[in-house]
Order: sequence, then C-alpha cells, then structure tokens
Amino acid sequence: MYNLLFFITLITVGYLAGSFAERYHYRSIHQREKMFINLPAVTIKNVDYPDDKIKSAKLVYGSAVISIDYFKRFTASLRNIFGGAVKSYESLIDRARREALLRMKEMAGDSKIIVNVRIETSTIGRNANKKGVGCLEAIAYGTALTVA
Amino acid sequence: MIITNIETVPGKMIVEHFGLVSGSTIRAKHVGRDIMASLKNLVGGELKGYTQLLQESREQALDRMVDQARQLGANAILNVRFSTSSVAQGAAELYAYGTAVRIE
Repeated sequence: MYNLLFFITLITVGYLAGSFAERYHYRSIHQREKMFINLPAVTIKNVDYPDDKIKSAKLVYGSAVISIDYFKRFTASLRNIFGGAVKSYESLIDRARREALLRMKEMAGDSKIIVNVRIETSTIGRNANKKGVGCLEAIAYGTALTVA
Repeated sequence: MIITNIETVPGKMIVEHFGLVSGSTIRAKHVGRDIMASLKNLVGGELKGYTQLLQESREQALDRMVDQARQLGANAILNVRFSTSSVAQGAAELYAYGTAVRIE
C-alpha cells in the first residue's frame, strides 16, 4: 500500500514539475532562437564569401545534458509494450539538441556564419549501459567564420 | 593555434601535414553530484552538473590535442571531430581528434 502511494506521489511530482520545466525551457529556447536569427548555422562546408574577406575561423561548440522526468519515463515504458511513437522522448531529444545549438551560437560571438555544423548525441550517466534512456547529451560543433 | 572542423583555413595555404593528433580524457563526478543528478532525474530538466563536467572534459581533451600538435610544430588543426562514450557507470570518455598542419 505504501509502495503504491509512494509511486503515485513520484508520478504526480514528475508530471507537474516536468511539464512546468519543459514549458519554461521551450519559452527560453524560442526567445533565444529569435535573438540568434542573424547567425545561420549550416551543414555545408563552402560558403560564398571570397577567401580574403574571411578574417578568422575558429571551432565553436556547445552541449547540454537533459534528463527525462519520472512520469514520462513511466509512459514511455508503457509505450514499449504496444510500440509506436514515443512522444515523451521526442521532446527530450529536441530540447537537448536545440539547447546545444544555442550554446554553440553563444560561443560564436560576433561571427557571421557557422559552417559544417555537426550534432551528436550520446547517453551518459547511470543508465548508460542499461536499456533505458536516463539522460542524454547533445553536442553541436562547427566552424565560426568572421567576415570583414 | 587555429582549430576548425572544415578541411581548410579560409584564406590560408597548407604547407605541411603532420598527420593525426588526438586528445582524450575520462572523468567522473563526485558522489554528491551523482546523487543530485539522480534526484533531478525525477523531475527531468537539465543536469547542470553533468553539462559542466562534460564541457570541462571536452576542453581538456582539446587542450591535450593542441599540446600534441604544438610538439609536432603545427600551427593549425583541421577537420576536428568530437566523440563521447561512456566507459563505466558515471564516467564518460571525451575524445577529440583532427589533422595537424602548418599554414601560411
């Protein structure tokens, strides 16, 4: 009985705190994405700037480790029984990647463009060697070009 | 030291290749951080302790790579890649590698 109560409390806390944190995070992501609208990050290597116009090139990177809440982990494990799209993990990965991209752009400073951007994800932490996704790291890196 | 992840440094000429240089580091956070992280796992959200840990380790891996390139006499590293793998519980390996060259 106590176990069940404990479990229900965990789920409720997870749901309330998790969805609040997610909304808050998305709001801040949208806001900062608007700020960086003039700094494109592209996956191509060659841009149309003449070589003598480019002042400097430097490596920029950003990363974020984001974990999923208890409620979503529970719904995801239910989803594993029936199969199908696991929505709760989609938003987790989306948040991690966009946050990593934003941090990379923050590092770029007054650069004009970031070329050859790569995004990688890896699971770390306690659950890394088990089946479940505990928390996940997204890293984005690229070359920031400053144009005179 | 110029570091890029494209094949050239725009506006510069490559005069000498030195081959692959790499740097890696394996790090773990102290137990307190791990406990905080597992609490944070309950409510979800960003694990700031881990983010900071990985960021520091990545910088150290880069530093080691740069040291190696400097010993060879290079002044730039091109086509740099990062990779991460978890080797044990709570520990992560960060690896950075690239091609050391001299540019003019």
